[in-house]
Amino acid sequence: MNLLEVDNLHVQFPTRSGTFDAVRGVSFSLGRERLGIVGESGSGKSLTGRAILRLIKPPGIVTADKISLEGENLLDLSERQMRKVRGQRISMVMQDPKFSLNPVMRVGEQIVEAYSQHTRASRKEAKAKAIEMLEAVSIRDSERVFRAYPHEMSGGMGQRIMIAMMLIPNPQILIADEPTSALDVSVQTQVLSIMDRLVQERGMGLVFISHDLNLVSAFCDRVLIMYGGRVVETCRADQLYNAKHPYTQGLLNSLPRLDTPVNRLQVLQRDDAWMTDNPQLDDKPDDLTQPHISKTDAETP
Amino acid sequence: MSEINHVRNTDATTSSTPAIEIDNLSVWFGHGHDRVDAVKSANFNLPTGASFGLVGESGSGKSTILRALTGLVKTWQGTMRVNGHDLGKKRSKDFYKQVQMVFQDPYASLHPRHSVDQVLSETLSLHKFKNINDRIEKLLTDVGLGPQFRFRYPHQLSGGQRQRVAIARALAPEPSILLLDEPTSALDVSVQAEILNLLTDLREEQNLTYLMVSHNLAVVGHLCENIAVMQNGEIVEILSVEDMRELKSTHPYTQNLLQSSLGFVREEC
Repeated sequence: MNLLEVDNLHVQFPTRSGTFDAVRGVSFSLGRERLGIVGESGSGKSLTGRAILRLIKPPGIVTADKISLEGENLLDLSERQMRKVRGQRISMVMQDPKFSLNPVMRVGEQIVEAYSQHTRASRKEAKAKAIEMLEAVSIRDSERVFRAYPHEMSGGMGQRIMIAMMLIPNPQILIADEPTSALDVSVQTQVLSIMDRLVQERGMGLVFISHDLNLVSAFCDRVLIMYGGRVVETCRADQLYNAKHPYTQGLLNSLPRLDTPVNRLQVLQRDDAWMTDNPQLDDKPDDLTQPHISKTDAETP
Repeated sequence: MSEINHVRNTDATTSSTPAIEIDNLSVWFGHGHDRVDAVKSANFNLPTGASFGLVGESGSGKSTILRALTGLVKTWQGTMRVNGHDLGKKRSKDFYKQVQMVFQDPYASLHPRHSVDQVLSETLSLHKFKNINDRIEKLLTDVGLGPQFRFRYPHQLSGGQRQRVAIARALAPEPSILLLDEPTSALDVSVQAEILNLLTDLREEQNLTYLMVSHNLAVVGHLCENIAVMQNGEIVEILSVEDMRELKSTHPYTQNLLQSSLGFVREEC
């Protein structure tokens, strides 16, 4: 069974000039794989991630035929039951550690809190676990960092702390919403490989939301491309450069590339039909878990 | 000041005068124990019409060079020359007629309660231009917006349109040098392509000199001919874009930076 199944997800916001459809009928499934969601700002990619965790508050309206986590429909759960899902079974890494960590609480306390929310561990045990987790995200001076406040940390370190905090309850699914866009390129690769290693070791499912096509094609197994609140194309990440949809091709061609200089960059010509026509999705869940497994098998020896 | 105009008007004959000369520039913030040396004896030259990129991580001092050049930072030492004219502690109006800057975030760099018309006409009247009306229309056409955007407010514009307005404002005094501080990093890739094309066209049409700061090597590689790589306030290497493309850099830091911008490579276990 797939870890997560999302079927016909809609997110709407009522405005004075009628309802605004931010997400319009998104369906996908997630196995133990790295799924990338790419799109421009306003394409609904972040809202999709938040809707899974039911983090969209009124007046926003979320409807779906089904958002099921291992067969359990998240839409049927009470708010109380939902709190047990958040963090423990699905957790989320946000874009900017500066705004997502509590500024008046020591880093260690925050990680311990994340752990003890979901387990009945003693304080001592929780602290040991937190320090172990900080070491797992390659923070060398873990005792000092444990006592530090978030403002004393650099962006890359803050992001690693957040990853540590999100992974400590050992969730099955990690949703990472632009986890590296606030970071420098050199730190970016470091944070990504840490996240990649932890996700692989624990056999988690990863939903990786990003606007960076190159990054997603290198990092993920499978990619959903979103435009105007809809998934316009699904493909294997290593096949992204052979994508068929004109929007995906347009996005790829508008990127300047170091290895192939051009005089003028191609400008994306938007087509209104992309908002309405039925996309050709070769979304075959049975098939899709295969490439990932064979890929990891090939990598391990 | 008349000297500046003199130099500028005879650009064709004195083309050997670099547009920007930076010699042994150091910039620092704070005093005593808190002193941070943001830029340490930087040197580079830009010939007129050139396009030069400064790259490096956040905190490497690349934006600080632009801020010192425009007079936004006062604590500096060394020599900075623009079109052969030494810069002192204060900047004259003539300086701003030659050098203009485009900032990173188009959401923060436009006054939220000034219409496009107000933004542009203020700049134009500050520089004592006549026929402001015609000039505004021409500026808006030049940046690909058209006169229908003239009475809009920033909140009625998209990010790309705002950045076009910011570019129009920078072009209003008819400068010869544009300083670009991460002009596309807040924009989507498709919009980034439009703005980069616009900057390429403008440079060709108006013979502008660009000094651009970016952390994105691909963007710098697209727009610039030469780049300087900065680390901890020092320029560690200056190389041509061709050399950068062929990964012919000699400094380990540049090589590292190039490797990371070529993309994420999964470690084989």
